[in-house]
Amino acid sequence: MAKQPKQTMSRALQRREDIAGYLFMLPSLIFFLGFVIIPMFMCIGMSFTDANLNAKTATTFVGLTNFINLWQDAVFLDALKNTFLLVVVTVPAVTLFSLWVSSAIYKMKMPVLSTFRCIFYLPVVTGSVAVTVVWKWIFDNYTGILNTALKGMGLIEKNINWLGTDGIAIWCIILIMFTTYVGQPIVLYVSALGNVDQGLVEAAQVDGATDLQVFWKIKWPQIMPTTLYIVVITTINTFQCFALIQLLTEGGSGTNTVMFYIYRMAFKLTEQGGHFGYANAMGVVLAIFIAILSAIQFKLGEEK
Amino acid sequence: MKTLSGRSKAYKIFSVILLVLLALFFLFPLYWIVTGAFKPAADIYAKEPVWWPSEWVTTNFDNLFNKRTAPLWELAVPFSSYFAGKPVYFSVGPTVPAAFRWLVNTVFMAVTAMIFTCITAAMAGYALAKKRFRGRGILFALIVCAMALPKQVILIPLLKEMGALKLMNNLWAVIFPTIGWPFGVFLMKQFSESIPGEILEAARVDGSSELRTFTTIVVPMVKPGIGALAIFTFINSWNDYFMQLIMLTGGSQFTIALGIATLQAETSIDMGLLMAGAALASIPIIIIFLIFQKYFTQGITMGAVKG
Repeated sequence: MAKQPKQTMSRALQRREDIAGYLFMLPSLIFFLGFVIIPMFMCIGMSFTDANLNAKTATTFVGLTNFINLWQDAVFLDALKNTFLLVVVTVPAVTLFSLWVSSAIYKMKMPVLSTFRCIFYLPVVTGSVAVTVVWKWIFDNYTGILNTALKGMGLIEKNINWLGTDGIAIWCIILIMFTTYVGQPIVLYVSALGNVDQGLVEAAQVDGATDLQVFWKIKWPQIMPTTLYIVVITTINTFQCFALIQLLTEGGSGTNTVMFYIYRMAFKLTEQGGHFGYANAMGVVLAIFIAILSAIQFKLGEEK
Repeated sequence: MKTLSGRSKAYKIFSVILLVLLALFFLFPLYWIVTGAFKPAADIYAKEPVWWPSEWVTTNFDNLFNKRTAPLWELAVPFSSYFAGKPVYFSVGPTVPAAFRWLVNTVFMAVTAMIFTCITAAMAGYALAKKRFRGRGILFALIVCAMALPKQVILIPLLKEMGALKLMNNLWAVIFPTIGWPFGVFLMKQFSESIPGEILEAARVDGSSELRTFTTIVVPMVKPGIGALAIFTFINSWNDYFMQLIMLTGGSQFTIALGIATLQAETSIDMGLLMAGAALASIPIIIIFLIFQKYFTQGITMGAVKG
């Protein structure tokens, strides 16, 4: 009943709401439009041009040329392959691991629970640069603890160049990325599992359901929205992973990703550097991939 | 039944042991930063693993602080180069080690971004949740879409924009896009939804102005949300390496993350120095996180529940 007057709001009242609404929105809108929405459209616009760092040559419209060239660019295709490898490994690993940790800790007493939660969240708070710097040392060929420890235990004979070897470096990056990505999912799952309807769980247990059955039949459907959210944000984060690549390998040893390639294309003064138009085209393609993947994940999540 | 409970007990013990091992693994990098920062060079380049410093020394910090110096604080006036032709800085305080300056820059950046974000997002979130203005549906859809946008995609245009605004190599160039990022508005909308409409209606009938209603009724009710957003923005801004890397180019405007990354590029073999830098970059933020973690946990959860 309380909502009734609003639907038949008088014109004066609607005007009042409009003015108040936009005045409250204004400070936020200035920043949102100025530094998010306008750059977004500029990015799309620039991707159809040959814009580059050299401001003297006029920027010309080149249509879809950048997008067509992308699919003939071996470096881009390789970067795309690496990016998908990161996503395909990291997203399920993060989701399953955080689900397991959360179900193991969510019933614990408060100080223990929050200690575990804090520890798993620490790598996020530590910051990507500090985390990367220390892992770079751990993996270091000569002074790294991993090599000295493994040699001390007699597991390896010669030092392994973890970050400088094709096929190994990317797995090191996946491992580090994994430790920095599970923090938020664990916080989310702990609270989602705590909100599961306890009455249903008890009823099922009285009926003789095993723990595993209780989990799949009762808890899993109820935490589905959380799972969906975690899968989507982890996918987006993985696509955007940058500091790890830049500081650990600079895209070498088979670890080039689309995000890093965009950076190199746009900001590094190499012979192909400063190609803003081309870099923006990559950005648009990346955004499209993320949008498609998120849409698929949402569809799958809703069907369940 | 008995075997079953026996098995589940064994599983419980197993899972606790595994959890503790994993926790140690997750703590290890931080442990390695802190001990590494205080290790003498002999420990760092030892052929055998040195798990605990043979001697606690501050050489690494001395090296870090003696490398470069800078004035403690310069405030760049936003847009000043428009009016004065070149950037206007207020220099304050004595000359200090550059690493201190980086820390001051980082704190300034994170605190400013936090305050602006909280104010603008609280206002916008309230408007989106409770004001029935025309166009709010479209605006909200735009905000949700922008949240899924890969942030780095907009960086090249953003860079051009900052160039045009003459804000390059200026902390404000990092602060402004952080304020614009729509997550805060989204979070505050979720919190504002729970304000009962009757209270707002009553305030209106009593003749309370919009602004008064907001400051005296809305803000106190969404306080937990503001707390969560504050700590979330602070940590994100502190750690937003990519944005800092693109926007800041000169030594005196560096943030601590950028300073450490540069150190790494310059002296990639002096691990002790790098660990001292990493400790300086991470310990303050970890302490802040531990103090405010209750708000933080609540915030991340709240943002996702209805998302």
